[in-house]
Formats: sequence, structure tokens, C-alpha cells
Amino acid sequence: MSVAVVASTVLICAGGACISAGEKSVKQVFEEKLREFALDSVVQVVETGCMGACNLGPLAVIYPEGIFYQKLTPQAAEEIVVEHLLKGRPVEKYLYKGPAGEIKAKSQEELPFFKRQVKIATRNLGVIDPTDIDEYIGRDGYFALMKVLKEMTPEEVIAEIKSSGLRGRGGAGFPTGLKWELCRKNEADQKFIICNADEGDPGAFMDRSILEGDPHSVLEGMAIGAYAIGASRGFIYVRAEYPLAIERLNIAIEQAREYGFLGENILGTDFSFDIEIRIGAGAFVCGEETALMASIEGERGQPRVKPPYPVQSGLWGKPTVINNVETLANVPPIILKGAQWFASIGTETSKGTKVFALAGKIRNTGLVEVPMGITLRELIYEIGGGIPSGKKLKAVQTGGPSGGCIPAEHLDVRVDYESLKELGTIMGSGGMVVMDEDDCMVDVAKFFLGFTVEESCGKCTPCREGTKVMLDLLEKITSGEGTHEDLEKLKELAQFISEASLCGLGQTAPNPVLSTMRYFWDEYIAHVEEKRCPAKRCKALIRYVIDPQKCVGCTACARVCPVAAITGEIRKPHEIDPEICTRCGSCMEVCRFDAISKVSP
Amino acid sequence: MDVAQIEKTVKEIYEQVKSESLEEGDVLINTLHRIQDHFGNFIPPEAAETLAELMDLPLSKIYEVLTFYTMFSTRPRGKYVIRVCESTPCHVTGGKAVVEALKETLGIDFNQTTEDGLFTLEFSSCLGLCGVAPVMMINDMAYGNLTPERVKAIIEELRGGEAE
Repeated sequence: MSVAVVASTVLICAGGACISAGEKSVKQVFEEKLREFALDSVVQVVETGCMGACNLGPLAVIYPEGIFYQKLTPQAAEEIVVEHLLKGRPVEKYLYKGPAGEIKAKSQEELPFFKRQVKIATRNLGVIDPTDIDEYIGRDGYFALMKVLKEMTPEEVIAEIKSSGLRGRGGAGFPTGLKWELCRKNEADQKFIICNADEGDPGAFMDRSILEGDPHSVLEGMAIGAYAIGASRGFIYVRAEYPLAIERLNIAIEQAREYGFLGENILGTDFSFDIEIRIGAGAFVCGEETALMASIEGERGQPRVKPPYPVQSGLWGKPTVINNVETLANVPPIILKGAQWFASIGTETSKGTKVFALAGKIRNTGLVEVPMGITLRELIYEIGGGIPSGKKLKAVQTGGPSGGCIPAEHLDVRVDYESLKELGTIMGSGGMVVMDEDDCMVDVAKFFLGFTVEESCGKCTPCREGTKVMLDLLEKITSGEGTHEDLEKLKELAQFISEASLCGLGQTAPNPVLSTMRYFWDEYIAHVEEKRCPAKRCKALIRYVIDPQKCVGCTACARVCPVAAITGEIRKPHEIDPEICTRCGSCMEVCRFDAISKVSP
Repeated sequence: MDVAQIEKTVKEIYEQVKSESLEEGDVLINTLHRIQDHFGNFIPPEAAETLAELMDLPLSKIYEVLTFYTMFSTRPRGKYVIRVCESTPCHVTGGKAVVEALKETLGIDFNQTTEDGLFTLEFSSCLGLCGVAPVMMINDMAYGNLTPERVKAIIEELRGGEAE
């Protein structure tokens, strides 16, 4: 790391989202142009982890000014080098712009998206080069491990984590310190600590971003946990869909071994600990802890009955602690800054911060870390920028296929474990999918049930058969064939499946149905009684019609229709034959006269 | 490739994985990943048989595990495995049109391979790149902000690269 004579630093976001939006070619042009103007010795280009504002990618921040550039292209990179880095004039057209095109703010700190955030677990994301351990150390990395090994007993570490109030960030919210204590108390010749990086909820990507952007914080958290519980081996179970995370973890583990933070006699003490990566192979259920362990053991990833809990009998029958990525990334700052500091953030029962992944019908998609207890309204409107295209927010889905929907009237709910539970949903891993008036809630429930049916491992009957029957009923309802008995049967099955399933996947599978029934019962009724889809989403219940008053007979719709369902003479109003129409919606998209609309029934 | 060659390769991979692993019991899935990478995106029956012998496991055990995980294939797949995300965030941002464009450009449906053996089209669970949805992965590369035009360009580029 050469920082001596560097005048400017260009931090380019190399998170998965920015890479897939073309980051590599932008970086290449930055480097080429800097060489061309002989600036390459004074301007440093650093690839960082995810900066969070994924929909604005590829992103770059130029220091010392802290100027935030968005939606970069190779052309933009060239202009920025020539104008900004050579002549000192920030290039306005690539700065963040407000909804009306006005230039909102220049530096990253001034953007509303970043202003309200409190970064603990994601403290290094977008700031350091994740492939350089020195940069992690430069941000106090491995200081917590040093402190723990030199100054604290394992019991003191556990006490510190317990009084911080840290709870598991993977979904269930079990107190982390307590989990460690339970494992510590179990005598055994061998113990394990596992990092659960099998993030699979649709719409959740905080773990991926942390692994890609700050892998050392997870390694350090694991080493501290291992010291606390008395483990000498650790595993990180990563899903195979995250090759970049695996690559950066491998580099990080290698570097940590080189520096003596992993391996025998860490930092000259008698504590020895090492970490290996295990790669999943595309099975959502492996995020369930007993299934995850089965998968590490080389078996089918199927869960088993608890108890015994993993802290009693885990991997190969040994006491095992399984912590989520985000949970572990919180550990080093808690040790360094103290439990008091951490506990001062958040609410009475939910301490610290939570990372949320904003997706769906929201202006600023991406990753945000906010204090627990922030209201959903602040999260969606102040940070997320609200709903694009002026539509009305209908609901926010949290907790993925195990969670539920929060309707618009509860937008002022404080986001913490208990408040969400009261509303019939869960914090889950932190995925938030925002839905507007165009989303049919019965269809949403059907989507999640379809997901569960696909991902059910098949071991226990309630989940394997029950969720399939529920899905069939939902299919029936969305195709306009549903009855009141079907609705009753759905409720009955939901209760039965959540009580009788073997693992968390099955127990929580009915939640999306129960929650949408609780808040959007009228939509279910509309589907059943009136054969009507209020959101005009369910294909079987809608028709496309042409308004003869508005249609000018331009024939654009007839030409785009893939099944020739639209007829009419040129310059005369056209008609759609509902018998032939496949409800693809192409005609509505091409109509420039706003003459085509959806109706239901 | 003849059977003797497959046996030799599998043996090498197995020994390699075993030497890297700190624990004894968990080499099977790792080995299957490597075998699949080596033989071009699938696990040939001969390789599974060899592995069963090497690990002293019944063949049924190998298949019990490998058929459980969706990322392992028992059928040959293309050089490029295209995995399109079908989750909610991708769906609401135009994923359907992207899927249609892929099918049209490749001339195949899901779980099929093009005649030239280059491309296999598959669905994927959430790839965690929801900020730039719709998203697909081609082998280990992710592509975001997809549109039908961009999809076609990407496929043409890969095809062009192969033709050279």
C-alpha cells in the first residue's frame, strides 16, 4: 500500500452488482487515461466492496473531496480523468441527480441515501480494497482479535457480547452471546464454529456484499467466537451462486494465515484456529442449520429434529455454533468499542443496527444499514427515495418466504424483531421487497409458495405435500376457480403445516399466505366471489380492451400482437378478441394514445 | 474420453481434494464440484462409479447426494451454463422479456442445450444482485441491468469469441 505521495484516490465499487453493470471496463479506462496523463503515480485506483447504491452503479467516489459519481461508463471515466483529476473540475453530468434532474449533492455524505445510515457491520464496504489485508488492518482490523487474545478470558468475551444485546441477524434473532455461552459450557475434545453464508431469501443480498466487500471482518468475528467457545476449526458455508464471494474469501483466508491471524498459536498465544470454505450446491434448505451441517458432512442437505441443538451436538456430533455473516461482522466493533456503545444504538430489545436490502418498486435499490427501531416509512421514503412512477405503496414484504407483508397503513411501525412479529411477519435476513398497487397479493403469496414447494427437501410430509396442496389451491384461486371452502382449507392447512413441519422452512412456509390473508382478505374475496383481480395481475381474470374513443387506428398494437388477436382497419378503432388474446400486455406497451387498458373481470 | 482416462482423472481430483481438506468426512461434495468443473459442467456416470470405489461407498450414496443438489448435473451441459434469476425483484423489473429474448436467441427452452454444445439454459434461485435486476449468470460471470437487446449482444459476443 503506497500512500505517501497520492494526491487523489478513486474508489471504484467492485461489488457484484457494479461488476455486472460494467465496472471492469470503467476501471480499465480510469487506469489507461491516468497513465496517459502521467497521473498514475499520484492518483490511486482502488476497487472496493459494495457501496450500497446498486441501482446507480457502476459507482466511484473520488477522495479527498469525497465526490460521488454514478452510472459510469468508459466514456465517463475518460471525462472524469481529464476534467476532474487533471483540471480539478468535478464533472456535473455524472453526479447524483434528484428526481427532477437537479443536482442534489456532491459528496457521498450529503446524499440522503447515505446520510441516515449507521454503518457497523458494513463499516468497511466501499471504503477498503477487500483483497488487501493491510487496508483492513488500517481500519482497526484484527485489533479486536488482539484485544481478546491478550486481555480477555473467553468468559469475558461472552459476557461482553451478551451485554451488547447482539442477536442473530440470519432470521430468528437468537441472542448471540447466549448461544456462545451454551456451547462453551458443553465439554468436548473438539468444537466447531460455522459461518452460515447460505443466503437464499429472494431479495436479500447483505451477506454476499459483506463477504465480497469485507471478508476479513467475518474471519475476525469467527476467530473471536472460536476463542470464546473453545473451537479450533471453523467452516464458512457459502452458496455456489456467489463465486466472487468465494474468491475473495479464499484470498482473505490466505492472507490472514500469512499474517498469523489464523493457524497455530495465533499472535503468539496458545490459541490455534483455522477456517475452511465449504461450497453449497444449490439447495435453499441448507440455510437451515441442521441441514447445513449435513451438507458439510457430505450428505443430502436435509434437516433433522431439534433438540439436540447444534451447541449440544452439531457437526460430527460435536458442539457447534452457527452464526450468520452479518452477526459475525458485528462482533469486532463490539469488542473494540464496548458493549455499552453497541447497546446505545437501537431499541429496548433489538440492539445495534440491521442491514436491509431494498428491492422491488423503490427508487433507490441497494443495501442500507440503519439503527434498529427506525420506522418503515423513514426507511422506504427518506432513504429509499419512495416509489418510482408516482404509484401508491401497497405493502412491504419482509423475511422472504418465511415472512409476511406489512401493509401501507402500518408504515410507521418501528423496525425491530418484536414489532415485526406483532404484525405477523419477521425481520428475517433483511430483504425488503416493496410492492405497489400493481402487485396482486394473492399472486405474491402464490410466488412464495411456489418457491417453498421447489425448495422443500422432501423429508417430512407436512412440508412436502402440504405446501404443494396450498400452492394448488392458490393456483385455483388466481385462475378464478376458487371457492370459500378453498379459503378455509388454506387457513387450516397453514396452521397444520406450521405446527407439524420438521424444520424452520416448513414451519414458516405458510406465513406469506397467512399474512396476506390477514391484511388483504378483500383481495382473496374478490378473486373468489367476483372472479376479479383488483391489481389486474392474474391473467385468467383480466382482459385487455381498446377504448374506441381514444384509438386512432395506427395499427401499432395489431402489428406487435404475437397471436394476431387484434383486428381493425387502418385509421379506425381496433378490437381485441379475448378468446385469442394471451394477456401478454405487448399492445398496451406500444400504444401511444393510452387507448388500451386492463379490466377485471 | 475413455474409461481409463476418466478413472485416472477422478482419482487425481479425489486425492487433491483430500489433501486440501482438514476434515475427513466432508470431501464428497467438494470432489463432485471439481469433477463437474473438470468434465465440462456435468458428472459422467463413469466418474461417479470411480468415486464410489475410491471412497468405498455404494454408488447409490453418490447419486443420493448429487441428485439432491440442483447445481450438479448428470446430463452433459453446454460450455456456457446460463442461469437466469427468477425471483421477485428480477420478475418485477422485466425478467420475463429477458427470458423470452434468451430463448429466442439461443433457440432452446429451459434445461436444454444448444446443438453446438455451447449453451445450456437454466433457471436460478436469487443471485443476490437484486439492485441491478434482471440478472443472469453465465458460468461464474454475472450480468445485470439486462434488457432483451443486451442479452442478445452478450450471447452474440460469446458465439463470436467461439467462432474465432
